[in-house]
Amino acid sequence: MSRTHVSATVNGDPVEFLSDPGMTLLDALRDELGLTGSKEGCGSGDCGACSVIVDGRLVCSCLMLAPEAEGRRIETIEGMADGSVLHPLQRKFLEHAALQCGFCTPGLLVAAKALLDAHPDPSEREARYWLAGNLCRCTGYDKVIRAVMDAAAELRQVRA
Amino acid sequence: MTDVLERPDAKLDLKVVGTRPVRPDGADKVTGRATFGADLAMPGQLVGKIKRSPHAHARILSIDTRKARALAGVKAVVTAADFPDLASEEYEAGESASNLRDISLNCMARGKALYDGHAVAAVAATSAAIADQALGLIEVKYEVLPHVIDVEAAMAADAPLLDPGLFTQGLEAKPDKPSNIAQRNQLLRGDLKAGFAAADVTLERRYTTAAVHQGYIEPHATVAAFGADGQCQVWSSSQGQFMVRTYCAKLLGLESSDVRVTPAEIGGGFGGKTTVYLEPVALALSRQAGAPVKMVMTREEVFRATGPTSGAVIEVKLGAKADGTLTAADVVLKYQAGAFAGSPVGAGSMTALACYDVPNFRITGYDVVTNSPKVAAYRAPGAPIAAFAIECAVDELAPKLGLDPLALRMKNAVRDGVKAAYGPTFRNIGYVETLESIQNHPHYRAPLGPNQGRGVAVGFWFNVGGESTAAVNIGEDGTATVITGNPDIGGSRVSMAMMAAEVLGLPIERVRPVVADTASIGFSMLTGGSRTTFATGMAVTQAAQKVVADLKRRAAQIWEVPIKQVDWLGGAAVCLDPAKTCPDLTLAALAARSARTGGPIGAQVSLTAQGAGPGFGAHICDVEVDPETGHVTILRYTAAQDVGRAIHPSYVEGQIQGGVAQGIGWALNEEYVFDAAGRMENAGFLDYRVPVASDLPMIEAIIIEVANPRHPFGAKGVGEVPIVPPLAAVANAVSAAIGVRMTDLPLSPPKVRAAIDAR
Amino acid sequence: MPHVVAAGSGFRQYTDGAAEFDVEAVTVRRLIAELDRRFPGFGEHVARRMAIAIDGEIHQDADDAPLDADSEVYLIPRIGGG
Repeated sequence: MSRTHVSATVNGDPVEFLSDPGMTLLDALRDELGLTGSKEGCGSGDCGACSVIVDGRLVCSCLMLAPEAEGRRIETIEGMADGSVLHPLQRKFLEHAALQCGFCTPGLLVAAKALLDAHPDPSEREARYWLAGNLCRCTGYDKVIRAVMDAAAELRQVRA
Repeated sequence: MTDVLERPDAKLDLKVVGTRPVRPDGADKVTGRATFGADLAMPGQLVGKIKRSPHAHARILSIDTRKARALAGVKAVVTAADFPDLASEEYEAGESASNLRDISLNCMARGKALYDGHAVAAVAATSAAIADQALGLIEVKYEVLPHVIDVEAAMAADAPLLDPGLFTQGLEAKPDKPSNIAQRNQLLRGDLKAGFAAADVTLERRYTTAAVHQGYIEPHATVAAFGADGQCQVWSSSQGQFMVRTYCAKLLGLESSDVRVTPAEIGGGFGGKTTVYLEPVALALSRQAGAPVKMVMTREEVFRATGPTSGAVIEVKLGAKADGTLTAADVVLKYQAGAFAGSPVGAGSMTALACYDVPNFRITGYDVVTNSPKVAAYRAPGAPIAAFAIECAVDELAPKLGLDPLALRMKNAVRDGVKAAYGPTFRNIGYVETLESIQNHPHYRAPLGPNQGRGVAVGFWFNVGGESTAAVNIGEDGTATVITGNPDIGGSRVSMAMMAAEVLGLPIERVRPVVADTASIGFSMLTGGSRTTFATGMAVTQAAQKVVADLKRRAAQIWEVPIKQVDWLGGAAVCLDPAKTCPDLTLAALAARSARTGGPIGAQVSLTAQGAGPGFGAHICDVEVDPETGHVTILRYTAAQDVGRAIHPSYVEGQIQGGVAQGIGWALNEEYVFDAAGRMENAGFLDYRVPVASDLPMIEAIIIEVANPRHPFGAKGVGEVPIVPPLAAVANAVSAAIGVRMTDLPLSPPKVRAAIDAR
Repeated sequence: MPHVVAAGSGFRQYTDGAAEFDVEAVTVRRLIAELDRRFPGFGEHVARRMAIAIDGEIHQDADDAPLDADSEVYLIPRIGGG
């Protein structure tokens, strides 16, 4: 079977790649574009380690076929910092020690960014339910939620 | 000498240890740059995949790989025939001795498939699609056999036998018939009959737990390259690169100097990555193919063919006097080992009564093989299961004695000078302090509403020491590199840097930790057993101390004073000779002239750390039960633990919170569900339900510090204790909330609802 | 002379069920050698499969650890963590 040519925008840059049939967006990001920050934890959309933002919407990239990315705007963990200036969420995760092994961290950060882009002032409960699709086995989520709430507060001040 | 750790008075004036710096690997982790097992690609690599048995128990009659080999793009096909047929031999490569033959057969079945998912063959091909196709072309003829998974069914006299050569060890009389019971062990003290005779109140209960998986989010992954000259490179997500080296060498008949293993960043382990599954297979494929082979498990493979920990049955009988003094305990533990012997029932037996001073007891443990995946270590292996039963029994006993549950525990608490249930006398333990901290905590007195209940539980883990190597090297600008061989699974590398920084007198930013491969640092036992901060920290500290001694020697040389006139303070050599006015020599200044004062500045220490301090935890859990659905909500959780000394308090808290979360999942939702054919029905995160962010409240972690004098900073292991109390803390809370004693885990909604209905 | 107590039951096949011993030994190495002399195979078992608690502190592979006449010595099965 022949491969499909796909053009999209990833983290603001135009990209092109060839997609095998059945290739997911996650596979394309990792294997064709060398963006290994998004992780495969389950391949079935249950763990959120592959979270990316597609046209402003939080998505499990393992559940999207690569050709579906055609013409779309995709944001991954690699686009979150501004050069070497970390996004407040990234900084707060480090300050609060909101990661231990760090494997779920890219997915959590992308999901948290999507949360704060849509809801800049979430309650703890809202944050927990929004992030319920991102499994973490190391932290018990306590410091993750603290980091997200702290970043939200900082972003509200900056944007005010 | 008045170096930082040699001050005559006990109080250490610490500048770095005990603070909360940002971890040095943090930027890479939050930007997606850190390289985990599946993130590496070697040029020319092939994709490796495994063919797995669809039967829980079957004789493998034949494997025909011809069609697979003939498929274009297939470069290698292996079966057990491509591995040496090892003799049964206990070998210590992980933390305790494992049977090499069992490990080999678990990686690649020989003669029999012992569980659904058991590897029977493997291929390497130029693409994943071709590899998948090749798996389909391998023809395996099976003779399906009856299987057994339930632990008591496996112990029955007429159970299907996994291994006709397995005879129960540890019985008084040698058995003449084979069995699925690999081993029976017993711990005895005093006179059980007299102990129960002296009791005013007794309690007898039976408890069950299901098999649960460590649940690390990162599936196993490796890239392996077998060189044309027999020298191998392995990149692997694992808890121990030296363990991987040893197993690869032993399983393939190689010399360990021919195998270089580089640890990838690891996405969780919890004990489940203290063994090998893929690496020897990837190397065997690579040898045949003459190219590197990358293998990454799917989530389904992780569940079907790795870990988990035992499901178990525990029977407890306790006896106590009216004043609450425990007089006797009779405990029987039956643990699943999975396809090969080696469940953690031994540790379960030794830890079951570790928090209690009981004069008479008999603890009997059975290690039972079953047609399910070979169990692997899971955070304090064996202890949570035993503690679940004991802590629920003690909780039920308390009201019968008219005692508060914490008061009953305090009455029988172990303390310094008391003999542990497993034998030796406790020294420098902080159990009582930990219990007191939750007794006095406002959580314990907070009011509860309707359908709400509170449970408490305590727990113990030994923590281990073991072999570690650390090197501390000083750069020409006076900065330091700390090199160890322990994969960082929870933030340990920052603690290594902190301990070195403390001794050297450097700010933490000038000390960079590195986790090195097997060729670049001396041997280290794997990361696990809550040993890294203790044992590797000891090696790091001693190496840093050697560097300081060397720096003082150089300063003494430069100043031409005797070395005892030199102190090391605030990162500089200070001259104590009142007759001389020598300005301080900073580390940077000394480093700049290292060539003229003896050469490069660095030290390496290898040691076997002894005297690891055991840890104790005490937890309080509040739940609310929805009487209509049986759903349990965790309202509040407080966990106190004696950690000796918290090197980096944030990561200590993190270990406590993470262990609690796993324990809550174990108590409420997690279990292996098998169908009638012995296949796991819920081999994915949708139906194998681990806690998510909306399931949990904030978890309050209380750090108690009763120093272990064996460690330079007083640290005890932290990581494993936190998972021991939660099973019972949650079960006790649910039991209190619904007024029915819950004894079978997990407490999933249908079970809780059924208990409510039966009230 | 140190009084040695062995816990568990995995070793009893070597000692005919005995679990307590008085052993003249000043180091763990000598202790293991003496136990092996009395019960062939037991010393090897202790060296490879057991840990030694000396006055409450757990040692593993600590052949040079000293033993005093009144040391409390327990032999316990080795523990693996996770």
